[in-house]
Amino acid sequence: MSGVTLYALTGAALVGTGFFGLIAARHLLRRVLAFNLIGSGLFVYLGAAGARGGEADPVPQALIITGIVVALSASALAVGLIVALARARGRAMLPEEDVGG
Amino acid sequence: MTWALDATLCAMILAVALATVLGRGVFRAIVFFVVYGLLLALAWVRLDAVDVALAEAAIGAGLTGVLFLAAFGRLARSGADAEPPPGRVNIAAALASAALTGALVWAWVALPLPGRPGPELAEALPRAGVENPVTAVLLNFRAWDTLLESVVLLAALVGLWMLARDEAWTEPLGLPQHVRPGGVMASFGRILPPVGVLVGAYVVYVGADRPGGAFQGGTVLAAVGIVAALAGLVRPPRVTRRAWRAALVAGPAVFLAAGLGGAALGAGFLTLPERIAGSAIFAIEIALALSIAVTLAFLVIGPPETGLEDQ
Amino acid sequence: MTALVALLALPLAGALAAVVLPHGAVRGMVPALSVAMLAATAVLVAGLSAQAPTRLKLGQWPPPVGIVLEVDGLAAALIAMTALVMTAAALAALRSEQPAAAGARAAFGFWPLMLLLWAALNAVFVSRDLFNLYVGLELLSLASVGLVAIGGKPEALAAAMRYMLFALVGSLLYLAGVVLVYAAHGTLDIGLLADRTPAKPDALALALMTAGLMAKTALFPFHVWLPPAHGSAPAPASAMLSALVPKASFVILLRLWFEAMPDRAQDGALVLLAVLGTAAVIWGSLRALLQTRLKLVVAYSTVAQIGYLFLVFPLAGGGSAEMPWSAGAWTGVLFLALAHGLAKAAMFLAVGQWMAVTGSDRLDAMRGLATAMPMTSFAFALAAVTLVGLPPSGGFTGKYLLMTSAFAAGQWMWALVLAGGGLLAAAYLYRPLAILFARADAPGPATLPTRGMQAIPLCLAGAAIALGIASETPFELLSIGRPAAAEDGS
Repeated sequence: MSGVTLYALTGAALVGTGFFGLIAARHLLRRVLAFNLIGSGLFVYLGAAGARGGEADPVPQALIITGIVVALSASALAVGLIVALARARGRAMLPEEDVGG
Repeated sequence: MTWALDATLCAMILAVALATVLGRGVFRAIVFFVVYGLLLALAWVRLDAVDVALAEAAIGAGLTGVLFLAAFGRLARSGADAEPPPGRVNIAAALASAALTGALVWAWVALPLPGRPGPELAEALPRAGVENPVTAVLLNFRAWDTLLESVVLLAALVGLWMLARDEAWTEPLGLPQHVRPGGVMASFGRILPPVGVLVGAYVVYVGADRPGGAFQGGTVLAAVGIVAALAGLVRPPRVTRRAWRAALVAGPAVFLAAGLGGAALGAGFLTLPERIAGSAIFAIEIALALSIAVTLAFLVIGPPETGLEDQ
Repeated sequence: MTALVALLALPLAGALAAVVLPHGAVRGMVPALSVAMLAATAVLVAGLSAQAPTRLKLGQWPPPVGIVLEVDGLAAALIAMTALVMTAAALAALRSEQPAAAGARAAFGFWPLMLLLWAALNAVFVSRDLFNLYVGLELLSLASVGLVAIGGKPEALAAAMRYMLFALVGSLLYLAGVVLVYAAHGTLDIGLLADRTPAKPDALALALMTAGLMAKTALFPFHVWLPPAHGSAPAPASAMLSALVPKASFVILLRLWFEAMPDRAQDGALVLLAVLGTAAVIWGSLRALLQTRLKLVVAYSTVAQIGYLFLVFPLAGGGSAEMPWSAGAWTGVLFLALAHGLAKAAMFLAVGQWMAVTGSDRLDAMRGLATAMPMTSFAFALAAVTLVGLPPSGGFTGKYLLMTSAFAAGQWMWALVLAGGGLLAAAYLYRPLAILFARADAPGPATLPTRGMQAIPLCLAGAAIALGIASETPFELLSIGRPAAAEDGS
């Protein structure tokens, strides 16, 4: 197995790990962390794809930098919503998922 | 030997990612996530993507980490930091996640190696006006992506400001910080800004030819502002201060103006004529770095708050 | 070409200006900008040649290096509908989103978010690059979430948070597909992908992108975020969010299934999409029947109306591609999308005016309002005619084309969905209409909106009817650059 394939498989595993967290976690902050894991997993997979065949393809790298900035923008708004929601409700969970606990 | 290095790095990345999702306590999850970002930056170096490594370390690990830690602090003030005890293992979620990973692994094996875009890129790169191919893609070939991305940041910030309470709207951004004058944070906050500004400016400057550029450099500059604010050295501005709002839009405005300039000169929208492409990209990068720095800093500092609401 | 650049650059420049300029200047700029956008739209549509869509290579770089924009009939029609809805919503918001009425915070934030939304919609309608579409969608989602949160109440925050989570999952699934496409083909351009050598992961990529776009379009069962989000935004924002935003991700679905990868359009998958659409029609309508708040009735109606759009997949794609009925199904669905946008915006703007008078959107608070505000009530009734699909509205033209196509294809069950959905819409819209036009004491001394304000929803609802009466022009427009998969076979 080549190094590039190793990183692609790691990317695939990161996507799965993050997806599990996004569905299974109830604390919203952890869900946004999981969202970031999926995004970066996809980027590693794309970066590995671009590194096949010797010379690194600059296009995936540019796409990934754009993607990292977009992910930060979304995270910042999501985190702000969590804080505002917790201030209003006293809990960092969606009303319908806030059972027991 | 290098294979062992890659395998160890990948194993560590996966372990830290699992800890972020499964570990007890949200605070620890955030700390694991920061470590994850740093390890990932190493992975990008191994994949020959130094521009991405810089972006990942600065934005993915650094800024995102600070963002989450600050949010955690605010949740703790509202008493919303606790997590419900983990319930039964969510089997459906586990199966769906395994299927997703499995599908991506299968796809990797089945993926053909495309003949594109290597030859087309090789033909276009000498006419891009910059040496660094990643900068050429970001600011010339796919400039429309980058222009839209710079306003995505702006949309996120305006959306974040909409979460302020009406009575806090005219207050300075973020929570008021009180720092002991002789404390570690205060000295750190005094030493870092001059160094950080130099580093940030350098990273923007070299972006045309070597790894770096507006996004990475702007992030370093943003970090300087955030540290200065957290150290209590500067009080963040109010939303109503128009000069700061102008700094937010300067980058997209210069970028858009350059794009329209191309159209006005008959070259076409977002077309940088080859003779002036290098200097045009440099000017766009300077303005973008300024706007990115201010926007990112404001995104992390948060909407205006009175600091009184939880007492 | 200039018109296209103006349609992209004007709302962006306007959004940047709205962040910096003082409030009074922004209020002066918005009507001028709307007029300029309407003019640019007219020039764009008039300049569209029947033979070939307008193409713009950004930076003169051909794909796969650069990004291509293209205006076909589909894009031009949606740009025009967007310009009408945005102008109407902006005029309504000039009154409702003032500092005195909505607070300094909302009065500041509404305009940049609205203009960024406009820019994102136009960018998505014309983009031919899958990653550029991703960035456009993100801009659209973040601006939309901001507009939902602008209300500031706890339920608005919860609705915005739920919207955000669905938007995030949708983006990631779409992005996963884009990653696979680039890894397999080294290009993101829809035109180049149409001529690609098929690769094994293509079906997986298409499935992932489709799942993500379904979440963003609020197709059943991914619709749960939509009603509370559209129900708790300010009325002009609800009008934009309900009329326009789901159409953007739907357009990307059309581009994928009919233009980039029509060869991967398996009949089973196409039927599944239409079955989910059917479920959306039934479930959205039943939920609309049960609501006690008028905004939620209108929002659940959007869930139902989105369902119809997915009938295009089995009727124009896969085994139906290039059959005698496929062009009719394609055009019919786009008529429905346009008519729904105009009518739904009219409804939300009308409800906004009633809420300003009664202080609530509870159905029982609306009793007898038609006496005091006949124009708005008439607008709501006209919009209802379109949503039910009665002649001579644009909704009728769309349903007629789709039904003809369904019978020609021998897929009569989709005709049943169209007819049944119309009956359900009549049922859930009868209740608010009966309450509005009931005999009751005129409401108290509250100031009524001016005639000019009341005319805004009426113009939109009238446009939805006109779409059916003068259907020839939009019909011809929509046929420009129609994908081969949706062309009539002979």
